[in-house]
Amino acid sequence: MNFEHVAGEEKGKITLYALSTCIWCKRTRELLMALGVSFDYIYVDLLKGEDRSKAIEQVKHYNPSTSFPTLVIGDKSIVGFREKEIREALG
Amino acid sequence: MNENFGEPTDSEVDELYARLDREAKQGGYFLNREAEFVKGLVRGLLINERRYGYRACPCRLAADDKQQDLDIICPCYYRDADLSEFGACYCALYVSAAVLKGEKELSCIPERRPPFESRAAKPGSSGASLDAVPAKLSVPVWRCLVCGYLCGREGPPEVCPICKAGRERFERFI
Repeated sequence: MNFEHVAGEEKGKITLYALSTCIWCKRTRELLMALGVSFDYIYVDLLKGEDRSKAIEQVKHYNPSTSFPTLVIGDKSIVGFREKEIREALG
Repeated sequence: MNENFGEPTDSEVDELYARLDREAKQGGYFLNREAEFVKGLVRGLLINERRYGYRACPCRLAADDKQQDLDIICPCYYRDADLSEFGACYCALYVSAAVLKGEKELSCIPERRPPFESRAAKPGSSGASLDAVPAKLSVPVWRCLVCGYLCGREGPPEVCPICKAGRERFERFI
């Protein structure tokens, strides 16, 4: 599974599971970029076969409804574009 | 999954946007007022149409299997409930009159679609019972799973006259 890496300030491990067609995922990614933190993201809808199943399993672990965006900050997850929560978690 | 497709053009986006807007108004629904936001979602719908052959919700992960995804073809089965409760559909493509007028603010909408495991058991239909029907009906009643439109006829219509959902998204209600 190849995550895209965005360089920035180190705030622990930050992973964004997103869909390439989803506006709220895009807003979440843009927010992370605006906050200037280092993070990895992946578009699950563009994955195939084993990579896709693996990514879905990972999302499900944090978010049983497997919805997007799922943002994992350390061992905490934020589901959906919740700007205030994301800012607080990374502030 | 069909991967050999070009990006939707601006004119394709504008065309579908205009059509969705017209159909929404005809059915008593409203599209979000932020045009650029809506265009982003419409672009996602066009990409999904090319990828999967149907306009799967751009904010949900499609299975690339129309039967499994009947509930999340836009407009989805969850739109009306989310409009009532949150003032917008899951993507915020459709909004309520209160949100449109700025009387209610949009918030992040939790996923209403059941997880895959509990979804597989019942493919969209609520399985209406005939026991409660008082008299014998001359024709069955069909219900649109998107907007709730009911009609009495031998089979469901090709397209829902209210929300334009296809006939495969009707259930036999009575």
